[in-house]
Amino acid sequence: MMHAMCAAMKLEINGEMRSVPASATIRELLENLEIKPDRIAVELNRRIIKSKDWHVTPVKEADRIEIVQFVGGG
Amino acid sequence: MKDDGLVLAGKTFRSRLIVGTGKYTTFPIMREALEKSGAEIVTVAVRRINISDRSRESLLDFIDTKRFMLLPNTAGCYCAEDAIRTAQLGREAGLSEWVKLEVIGDEKTLFPDTSALLEATRVLVRDGFVVLPYTNDDPIMARKLQDAGAAAVMPLGAPIGSGIGVQNPANIRIIRETVSVPLIVDAGVGTASDAAVAMELGCDGVLMNTAIACAQDPMAMAEAMNHAVRAGRLAFLAGRIPRKLYASASSPLEGISR
Repeated sequence: MMHAMCAAMKLEINGEMRSVPASATIRELLENLEIKPDRIAVELNRRIIKSKDWHVTPVKEADRIEIVQFVGGG
Repeated sequence: MKDDGLVLAGKTFRSRLIVGTGKYTTFPIMREALEKSGAEIVTVAVRRINISDRSRESLLDFIDTKRFMLLPNTAGCYCAEDAIRTAQLGREAGLSEWVKLEVIGDEKTLFPDTSALLEATRVLVRDGFVVLPYTNDDPIMARKLQDAGAAAVMPLGAPIGSGIGVQNPANIRIIRETVSVPLIVDAGVGTASDAAVAMELGCDGVLMNTAIACAQDPMAMAEAMNHAVRAGRLAFLAGRIPRKLYASASSPLEGISR
């Protein structure tokens, strides 16, 4: 997932500080994290970003990202 | 007599059974149990994606979303704010306005915090959600939830996962007479007769997870629940005989050959 040649950035993702490949937008970040963009929801600094806006929503160093999906539940 | 189905927020479902997707030992077992249950609505939880390990199978690879409607829940939320946020995330991920709203008051009992539940219901209804609140078996709270715009009320039959069946049938009957929105017993069912009892009390549906998922044979139990919910509904529509203390013979008393 991480490539030595590409620049990294630090983000808080799902509660953990992580170093990820530099990503300009939410969509790029999901691609870099190899997350299928199906049936998930994304928050940027506690604001939900609609999937249609992922490709135009910039992410920057130290942003707080939440990425959730559906799991089994009652 | 024909059952005309469960109507929730203007949508008609043939099955009156709603099932959860948690606690199954494997996804293939869950898939088969969902199938056998005949349910058309399945509940799901909203949780963080595991960023480090993307290899694990995904729940939705095992649910045909053309066939089953996903109903996100807000399980694990202990205040209105968290429940509202989880509902909004679920709406975004599921592309549907429906939510099974839970605001839990206590870890040990998993009983609902009904004042926070009412508050969250008001906020989410205003935000355009179809709110299906998990509540206690209190008729007054049921009425307040209805007045707040809930699309149904879903009182517990007993604590979540307890499997002891409807503990306060009198309250469920009073709730039935108190609200006009659909009434769904959510939680507490252990076996088929428990589901039938809930339906015989006049409920519009039953929601369960553990009773099926943790049965020794989840597929067989799912099928049993499918039948039990139908049987209970038919018995309710048929109108049961009054309970009597003494016998009344079924065979003619005259003409006995001696």
